[in-house]
Amino acid sequence: MKRGFLFGVAILFLGGLTLATAFADRVAPYDPNLENRAQALHPPTPLHFWDEKGEFHKRPFVYATQMGYEANMLRTYSQVLKKKCFLRRGRHAPLGVQAPGKLYILGTDSRGRDIFSRILYGARTSLSIGILGAFVSVAFGFLVGALAGYFGGWIDHLLMRVAEFFIMMPALYLLLALRGALPPTLDSFQVYLLIVLILSAIGWGGVARVIRGMVLSLRERDFVLAARVLGRRTPEILFRHILPHTYGYLAVIVSISIPGYIFGESFLSVLGLGIQEPAISWGNLLTESLSYSVVRFHPWVLFPGLFIFLTAFCLNIIGDALKASQSPEDKLKENV
Amino acid sequence: MSPRHSFFNRCLMAIPLLLLLPLLTFWLMHLMPGNYFDQLRLNPQISRATVEQYEKLYHLNEPVLIQYVYWLKQLARLDFGYSFAYKQPVLDILVSRLGNTVLLTGFSFAWAWILAVFLGLLAARYPRSIFNRLLDGIAYAALSMPNFFLCLILLHLAAAWGGLPLGGMRSVDYEALSASGKVLDILSHLAIPSFVLGIGIFSFLFRLMRAQAQEVYERDFVLYLRAWRIPGYKILFKHVARNAINPLITLLGMQLPALVSGAALVEIFTGWPGLGQVMLQAVRAQDLFLVMGNMVMVSALLVLGNFLSDILLVIVDPRIRSGKGGAS
Repeated sequence: MKRGFLFGVAILFLGGLTLATAFADRVAPYDPNLENRAQALHPPTPLHFWDEKGEFHKRPFVYATQMGYEANMLRTYSQVLKKKCFLRRGRHAPLGVQAPGKLYILGTDSRGRDIFSRILYGARTSLSIGILGAFVSVAFGFLVGALAGYFGGWIDHLLMRVAEFFIMMPALYLLLALRGALPPTLDSFQVYLLIVLILSAIGWGGVARVIRGMVLSLRERDFVLAARVLGRRTPEILFRHILPHTYGYLAVIVSISIPGYIFGESFLSVLGLGIQEPAISWGNLLTESLSYSVVRFHPWVLFPGLFIFLTAFCLNIIGDALKASQSPEDKLKENV
Repeated sequence: MSPRHSFFNRCLMAIPLLLLLPLLTFWLMHLMPGNYFDQLRLNPQISRATVEQYEKLYHLNEPVLIQYVYWLKQLARLDFGYSFAYKQPVLDILVSRLGNTVLLTGFSFAWAWILAVFLGLLAARYPRSIFNRLLDGIAYAALSMPNFFLCLILLHLAAAWGGLPLGGMRSVDYEALSASGKVLDILSHLAIPSFVLGIGIFSFLFRLMRAQAQEVYERDFVLYLRAWRIPGYKILFKHVARNAINPLITLLGMQLPALVSGAALVEIFTGWPGLGQVMLQAVRAQDLFLVMGNMVMVSALLVLGNFLSDILLVIVDPRIRSGKGGAS
């Protein structure tokens, strides 16, 4: 029951995030590239229901803030208590506040850009790399594994050796070498495609191996024999009768491998080897958190990392729930 | 498949890895615009002829395949070439770094593996305990946390609270310390990187071990042992453990590439002077032979690790030794 609850929460979170991402230009309170330099590294603005006199307001509000400097030249923002700015529909977004106030849900970065909006836009890159990468590698691994398992013999041998070769590759080293090999003039979209390609080139081997094992045992079953006796052709037997048995595993593997792709992208981007600045991704949002002095006094720059964590967490929960929902017979095979 | 046959197969498998991976790397490095000597070319005090002479010396003006063959010939004499950026033979750099990487990986893997086996068994024995739930939560969280982010957070915390060094491998006064002080110094530097690297491995192995042990627990022989009034801890740590541990050893070989990659990542973020860190620097500086040497080292490390896990499996599982059944 508890598992079911967690599963629901995970689905809700991911669904909400996906929707917010898809409609980021309607949902994000600010333009992600709008630089409000006067409010750089602004802390998250808290929403208030009670004002300083303890009076309750039905509509939440934020206080306008004013920048000041501390003795050691640290920027601080103090709330101007007279200026209450009530929540209202923003110009583009469902959320906004009245004029002088700003609704920085997760604060701003060192160039005064709203982190929450940037996270939503960055999710477009990061989530799609995760999903695309997982699908490409799983589809390819699935195909190779199915062919190897069904035909056996030298085809199986050859395909599996190739798969093992890819499994044995030190992914990160290759990633570094490959990324280093690319001219810096590539635009973000090309880099994006390349990251997907590199990551899935490394990931397909494991899938192929498991699918092969499953197909190997499935093809000995009676229903396959029956189909063969009935004169069905090979592709039909393979795709209509054998492979549907592996879909449960595929669903699991897709959901638990997406985080790996998101991690890979963000790792490269943090180092400055992945998605570059004008484009936004969760990884390059985190470049700011590399600086100790920024994080020390402005911990909200870590929020993109929290989003990576939560997304991965939800996907892992969903993957586990999917695994648990499979029949025990299928589950046994997975341990191979 | 008999063990000798499988062993032989593994040896064969290692050859394409050791040959193709460098070739691939060579090709990738070649794709990169320019080479290390472009920096010299920008310097007006160095004549064109000098640069070309250098390029000729290292065969950089030849096609990739020829370069590769030259490099292989060199390698056959155990000569890894010369690092342009470090102005030192590549082998010297790599040997000093290899030990560090092995130390980091080995230490992290050791504690993670031992803890995973031990706690996995206990968790399988007491599946409804708070202890199991807690470990479950930790494992989930660790699997969902990008390694580099965990690294960053821990380093920031260490910076804020003090107590642990912020990267590197030795303190400035390392040479002045006593022998035990040296060990402690390295251990304290090892704490953050090996925690980050180990916690991921631990979570993965813990979940696997628990699932395995739970399955073994339901077998009849456990009931039989209980009927003989064998004490519970003996059943758990002797009989169940022996039967459940196989996949954890096979996976040792399979997990190794991920482990080495993970180590590289941790090294880059914590400044641990290992192979991964050198790789990043070398790729950025287009230090061709250093990149190549690094790739060879890492592949050799992987192949070696795989051998070790095979041998270990034969030692642990008598069924495989006799060549009958067992995990293939």
